[in-house]
Amino acid sequence: MADLLAHWDSLPTYLQSTFWILVVTVVLILSVAFTTLWERKVIGWMQLRKGPNRVGSLFGLVPGIFQPFADVIKLLLKEVVIPSASNKWLFRIAPAITLVPAFAAWAVMPLDPALVIADIDAGLLYVLSLTSVGVYGVILAGWATNSKYAFLGAMRSAAQVVAYEIAMGFALVGVVMAAGTLNLGDIIRAQEGGVSNWFFLWLFPLFVVYLIAGVAETNRAPFDVAEGESEIVAGFHVEYSGIAFALFFLAEYANMILISALTAVFFLGGWLSPFEGLLGADSALGAPGFHWLFLKLFFFLTCFMWYRATFPRYRYDQIMRLGWKILIPVTLVWIAVEGLLVYFQVGPWSR
Amino acid sequence: MFVQVLFYAFSAVLIASALGVIVARNPVYSALSLVLAFFTSAALWLLIEAEFLAIVLVLVYVGAVMVLFLFVVMMLDLNTTSLRQGFARYAWLGWLTALAVIVQMVGVFWFRGLGIDATQGAVARSAEVSNTRELGEVLYTQYVYPFELASVVLLVAIVAAITLTMRRRPGLKPQDVAKQVAVRREDRVRLVKGLGPKAKSSGESAASAEEGQS
Repeated sequence: MADLLAHWDSLPTYLQSTFWILVVTVVLILSVAFTTLWERKVIGWMQLRKGPNRVGSLFGLVPGIFQPFADVIKLLLKEVVIPSASNKWLFRIAPAITLVPAFAAWAVMPLDPALVIADIDAGLLYVLSLTSVGVYGVILAGWATNSKYAFLGAMRSAAQVVAYEIAMGFALVGVVMAAGTLNLGDIIRAQEGGVSNWFFLWLFPLFVVYLIAGVAETNRAPFDVAEGESEIVAGFHVEYSGIAFALFFLAEYANMILISALTAVFFLGGWLSPFEGLLGADSALGAPGFHWLFLKLFFFLTCFMWYRATFPRYRYDQIMRLGWKILIPVTLVWIAVEGLLVYFQVGPWSR
Repeated sequence: MFVQVLFYAFSAVLIASALGVIVARNPVYSALSLVLAFFTSAALWLLIEAEFLAIVLVLVYVGAVMVLFLFVVMMLDLNTTSLRQGFARYAWLGWLTALAVIVQMVGVFWFRGLGIDATQGAVARSAEVSNTRELGEVLYTQYVYPFELASVVLLVAIVAAITLTMRRRPGLKPQDVAKQVAVRREDRVRLVKGLGPKAKSSGESAASAEEGQS
């Protein structure tokens, strides 16, 4: 084992990063598969149903564990219909454009105190710019389909994403002010020293705004007017079938996981242990590690499903009103308050 | 060597997409070419380790400006043939602008006017230097007045855009959300009482007729 580790360390960095890129991508795709199952289970339980429980089981436990694979095989075998009046090239490339940023953003994610694929200084800006590029896939899909429903969905999505990106950016300005850096790993390290130093306590309004804007950015209920089954059928992906539809699906869930992980990193101390300072750093619960990031991520991911099972869909003008007239002023006020806190040396950033 | 190959590859794509912006017949393709041009210029900036500028270019221009641009271009049903009608008449204006730009570039590159020596190329800073911090320090100390002035100009533009669209025009029906929320049942529903025995009996007969049908 030690021999193997030594061999691993002697490998050039680009081979090591390639290995981690492959690991992260495969794990992410598998997580998306099981997230769909978890979502159907959670919403089922909330509605006093059992959820999928037919396909497979692990030793009589977890019925329905292989449901995602059955779904994927079904989608793979279906025909991809390309409408004859559509713009064929853009129609084909649009799912890829939504998918690539959702995966590329993981390059700068600090997964563990020692593990981040690309430790770049402007990591936060990188993540922000990639999440904003994903909307092109939605817009192009809606336009290339050449259908009124799809086009309406695309237009709604474009306006919504641009509106909520501003609130999201302002919320992150608060995080940057508190941490004093744009590097995601350093943002986590700025929250060291127990739960009382995590940013969600000190930046609570920004935390709430980021959470809401995150749901809106991923086009999830109650902000899913881009799909809006009851009004515009399925919005931008109304004409997509088979694996092309599955790619949109994959991108949506990958974005959900990404936003959950980012919320954990920015506001809940990422891989930091909540028992830090109470228990020793060498004890099992006190040590930082990937498992803490996973638990926090999982909590927010479940919240996404909770929202979907709980809230009715927003009306379009209400979405715009919430974004521009409520969230942005809230962030502006709290950034001013935070400026005062920083100036008078109150809070965890005074260390 | 590898960096040079990357540089020429990105430059080729940049020039091709820049040509695409003006050559494409479909305005949506033009806008998409512009997006590609922004992306490749960001990649070129990354090659000289100007990561802040590169990422902000993608964030601001690709992520926000071009999304709105595409939004408008897709919404407008542009009639390109009528747009092309004035092309020959105003071509001299375009040539004049092109000439001015060429003269300026020759001045900068050939005669090294304005004291700018662009032929040296940009110098890549070491990876240790934080781009963001350096830019911020210069922007908020040495150039703080021009910076503030630029933000005031932008603010004026925002106010102007809002006043242009917010004017009262006939047929405009804005929603007052406070009013919508404050609505009580009494405002919308009126319970009708005391229609008399006649209405009641007819209601009963209707109910019994339904029963008979089922």
